[in-house]
Amino acid sequence: MTPPAGTVPVAVVAFAQTVHRRRTDELSEAEMLMPVLHEVLAATGLRTGDIGFTCSGSSDYLAGRAFSFTLALDGVGAWPPISESHVETDGAWAFYEAWVKLLTGETDTALVYAYGTSSAGELRDVLSRQLDPYYTAPLWPDSVALAALQARALIDAGHTTGPALAAIAARSRADAAANPYAQLRGAVAHGDPVVHPLHTGDCPPVGDGAAALILAAGDRARELCARPAWITGADHRTEAHALGVRDLTDSPSTRLAAERAGVFERPLDLAELHAPFTSQEVVLRRALDLDTRVRVNPSGGALAANPVMAAGLVRIGEAAAAIHRGEAGRALAHATSGPCLQQNLVTVLEGET
Amino acid sequence: MTTAPGAPGASPLTAPLTVEFPFTRSLGPVQSAFLTGLRERIVLGVRASGAGILVPPVEYDPATAAELRELVQVGTSGTVTTWAWNSRPRPHQPLASPFAWVLVRLDGADTALLHVLDAPGPEAVRTGMRVRIRWAAERDGAITDIACFEPDDSPPAAPRTVRAHHGTFDNPVTGIVTPARLDYTHTPGRAQTRYLQALGGRRITGERCPSCDKVYVPPRGACPTCGVATAGQVEVGPRGTVTTFCIVNIKARNLDIEVPYVYAHIALDGADLPLHGRIGGIPYDEVRMGLRVEPVWTDGSRHPDHYRPTGEPDADYDTYRELL
Ligand SMILES: [Zn+2]
Repeated sequence: MTPPAGTVPVAVVAFAQTVHRRRTDELSEAEMLMPVLHEVLAATGLRTGDIGFTCSGSSDYLAGRAFSFTLALDGVGAWPPISESHVETDGAWAFYEAWVKLLTGETDTALVYAYGTSSAGELRDVLSRQLDPYYTAPLWPDSVALAALQARALIDAGHTTGPALAAIAARSRADAAANPYAQLRGAVAHGDPVVHPLHTGDCPPVGDGAAALILAAGDRARELCARPAWITGADHRTEAHALGVRDLTDSPSTRLAAERAGVFERPLDLAELHAPFTSQEVVLRRALDLDTRVRVNPSGGALAANPVMAAGLVRIGEAAAAIHRGEAGRALAHATSGPCLQQNLVTVLEGET
Repeated sequence: MTTAPGAPGASPLTAPLTVEFPFTRSLGPVQSAFLTGLRERIVLGVRASGAGILVPPVEYDPATAAELRELVQVGTSGTVTTWAWNSRPRPHQPLASPFAWVLVRLDGADTALLHVLDAPGPEAVRTGMRVRIRWAAERDGAITDIACFEPDDSPPAAPRTVRAHHGTFDNPVTGIVTPARLDYTHTPGRAQTRYLQALGGRRITGERCPSCDKVYVPPRGACPTCGVATAGQVEVGPRGTVTTFCIVNIKARNLDIEVPYVYAHIALDGADLPLHGRIGGIPYDEVRMGLRVEPVWTDGSRHPDHYRPTGEPDADYDTYRELL
């Protein structure tokens, strides 16, 4: 949706992320989160007690611990009691909840954070437990296998080729060379097939990381940030969970979310796409009608760092940070969840000229 | 919990952690008919308003959410709509030797079913190839009653019309149990590692918040009030005060403790947060708030087995009222 008439505009005013790494064995989730929480608070001069609403995204399945998000709250400083919520998915959806909360006018600041420790388990198997338990989960199809089915469908349909996918991987990792937070940077071998037609280079790194951002409304945003990244629209849509019902070469949910968020009203400078697999960038570029004038994933995207449950929020943060720095005027950020781009969230961020 | 190999003291603690549970689900009429049909070597689909015949069938139309009940029988051969070659099967997957993941549109169906294809290699697989079901020898009403698909070299089937099916069977399957098992390596983080290493030496340590000065036991690395790292280690106890307690009357599985017993919050001397532990060495109905206790370590144990009375006079209420 675009903000209803009469609501005060809301902006991203600060963003921070961890250096994403293969393992963070020495850290608890609260210990991993604290530096990024302190960083966004310091950037705005706010203290925990000043924040009107806090919302987080994570999944207990990643570390195999029930209610782990309640322990992570220790890193926020949740006493005296705060207004708090949690989504059991990527933090991009926590961002959406916080945006809606601010649009209601109930508060004028929100803290959003997300984290994931994929290193604790076998991520490919862990993600298979989100599939339907009747027809799909008993077969244990892993996340790379499902993405590979989508990649094959795209190749068969003539939308891409193996070399074109390799070029997406190479461009992403080359761009990530300038991103100090990325896990995979510079030249990365395309490697052997993992699940053919996807090679190791087509797949995201497995790793741990966290991200946080602060939202503020109206004049509060202008006080806290020299060039706020105003949210001019955000929307999320989902598709049928049965893979065999969907056209895997297309993402109608992304397109619809983009329409409702106002993406197509004016040209974009930048798009941060949450495409963990090279083939998914092909689907998203088609769904979003991105032409060559739009810079896609200068951060390297999820192919360079994919902290599951935080990678979508990182896309929003990277797009906002590009506006904060004056490097982009109008940016799109996309986040996904579920197999083969099942659920998609699109937001548009704009700087004042 | 064991110390990982490496430099002493520098390595984080790690321990294997297995999460295992049976996913027990009841089936609605459509899913019940489909899975029971598989047991009888029959594949059923459901007719949807717009999308034609859905196989596997669902109870609600993906486009309109209208309830779907009109079952039809489709073929046991079909066409591969997309595939991916899996050269290294993972644990629990249907075949142990390399195979293809496939989406198969069965004859008569308009949507595709996810399963696996037994084929000698990726060169033997292509989109559009004909495949047929290989049934599992023992079938009990699950998607795995289809052992896998196999190439079907027989001539393409004549166009077939789907037949309506009543969907009723003797002894229908009404529920499934999908076991889930995930293996993790648990790492507790810096603060809990320091705590556990101290426990190994029979010392109980908390960590002090640099901002509010409170001492947390066991420490989790952050002060939940201030949201800052707790780093300064403080030895607490070993004696402490019972702040509150309950009497447990239900025997826990795999726990060799006679009921009733007392489980209590214990504020160790010098700590600003009570931890919990079992109280022993005193009849359960004589435990009280303010009781002074100390830990009892048993041989080979890495943490106190229980706490017992010290014999000191009870603590004044005012000394622990803030910790309730
Ligand atoms: Zn404190």
